[in-house]
Amino acid sequence: MLQQPTVARMQHTESKPAIAGFLQRRPRWAPPAPLFLLQPVLRRIVQRIAENNPDMFGRLGPHYRAVFVIDPVNLPFVMLLRPDPDDLMLVARRRDEMSEYDARISGSFLDLLMLVDGDLDGDALFFSRNLTITGNTEAVVCLRNALDDIDDSIAEEVADMFGRPGRAALTALRRMNEKRETQ
Amino acid sequence: MIRPELVCPAGTPSAMRTAVDAGADAVYCGFQNATNARNFPGLNFTVPELERAVAHAHAGGTKVLLALNTFPPAGKVDLWKEAADTGARLGVDAFIVADIGVADYIARTHPDIRLHLSVQAAASTPESIRYYCREFNVKRVVLPRILTVPEIKLMADEIPCEIETFIFGNHGLMVEGRCSLTNYITGLSTNMDGVCSPAAQVEYIKDDAGNLSTRLGEYTIDCFSCNESAGYPTICKGRYLTPAHDGPYYAFEEPISLNLSTLLPDLMKAGVTALKIEGRQRSKAYVKSVVSAYRKAVDSIMAGQDPQISDLLALTEGQKETQGAFKSKTWR
Repeated sequence: MLQQPTVARMQHTESKPAIAGFLQRRPRWAPPAPLFLLQPVLRRIVQRIAENNPDMFGRLGPHYRAVFVIDPVNLPFVMLLRPDPDDLMLVARRRDEMSEYDARISGSFLDLLMLVDGDLDGDALFFSRNLTITGNTEAVVCLRNALDDIDDSIAEEVADMFGRPGRAALTALRRMNEKRETQ
Repeated sequence: MIRPELVCPAGTPSAMRTAVDAGADAVYCGFQNATNARNFPGLNFTVPELERAVAHAHAGGTKVLLALNTFPPAGKVDLWKEAADTGARLGVDAFIVADIGVADYIARTHPDIRLHLSVQAAASTPESIRYYCREFNVKRVVLPRILTVPEIKLMADEIPCEIETFIFGNHGLMVEGRCSLTNYITGLSTNMDGVCSPAAQVEYIKDDAGNLSTRLGEYTIDCFSCNESAGYPTICKGRYLTPAHDGPYYAFEEPISLNLSTLLPDLMKAGVTALKIEGRQRSKAYVKSVVSAYRKAVDSIMAGQDPQISDLLALTEGQKETQGAFKSKTWR
């Protein structure tokens, strides 16, 4: 006999994710992260990725207007993504400034970066509980498949936008990932 | 010993290129519709994508096997016929089929293209396999994951076609092609609509304590505590309350993946000529890791060396692996 549902359908007012690392160490008196500095950078990033990979939008099907929360749980902010080629959006928000969204993808910053870059398997991250999906699962599956069909490294595309410092930062992050995998 | 063909999954063109680069002898894939059993949103190939992919695969010496392994509902057979005609035009090397009507159409219309019998046909006896070979000129059977290696060896002596077995990925013990569990809950059929546990009806709910509930349709099918590995949201791998058991338990199967890396020499000696990696729904990172690992293992066996087996546990469902019925009928 199947177990009857015991948990209410998720609302967009779900509980906050665990805030790890950096945010937990941030003193209470510290000012909020200066997200306004990030917004033009994020806008450039999403526009560049869209320009370089126009075919990816076909895999989103009806979900190209969905709003995804990309939640790096060890950073003090989340990102809102709307992968609509005619109305692209990638903006940073504080967790207490969240608006409505369709799906939320939560994991460590490094895991999310390696996932987007095709270096990690999303199912494996899910199995190990290092990735959490809530909201519209079909939209997330479409986004995952759209990103996974990109041959070139998204992380390298973004790093190249920032020249030598960008590439150095990416190299450092990849070393962190390799070190973690060999431990 | 015959060098076995390594048959690898390709859910997207990028995954196919990854499989080819990682050493696949053959890749299997499907169109973006109900004609294949991995009809997941955002997955699979458009016709132009498959055309380019076939050219790329053939340039690398890799065969392309087109999965048309679902069962057409009455009045909708044209979709399967059109898919077969398109695949033939694009130059695929074989069709993987389950339905006898689809098999018959291809055998008569495209007799020069190989037919492989999908695991979805659930053919597990010499009698049934010989029937498919005789009537439709089937060249290869993909065996259900319910036979031991000695049973496969006996089978090889009794059938006139090649044998393909799964070696990694979904454990898949339900009678494939006849499982209606998803249909019971969601109204959609794995076997006719091509999707088990449609993502549109899957929902994950994480509570404040970190427990993760998985729901399919209106049913909670599992709840993982905060430190517990998770599995796919399929009915066959849910935990249920039944009068026969104290507390919730895995009544059908448990979240676990097949990994036959250490059985490879035995499988090859038993007459298995094609080794299949499951996972068209997985990422290209999975494809790269698993295909590379098995390429290395098969090559080392063919060179007369002990197989070099990479650790693939991190990629397994529930972070657990099994040799399933291939090793013993009492694996649980």
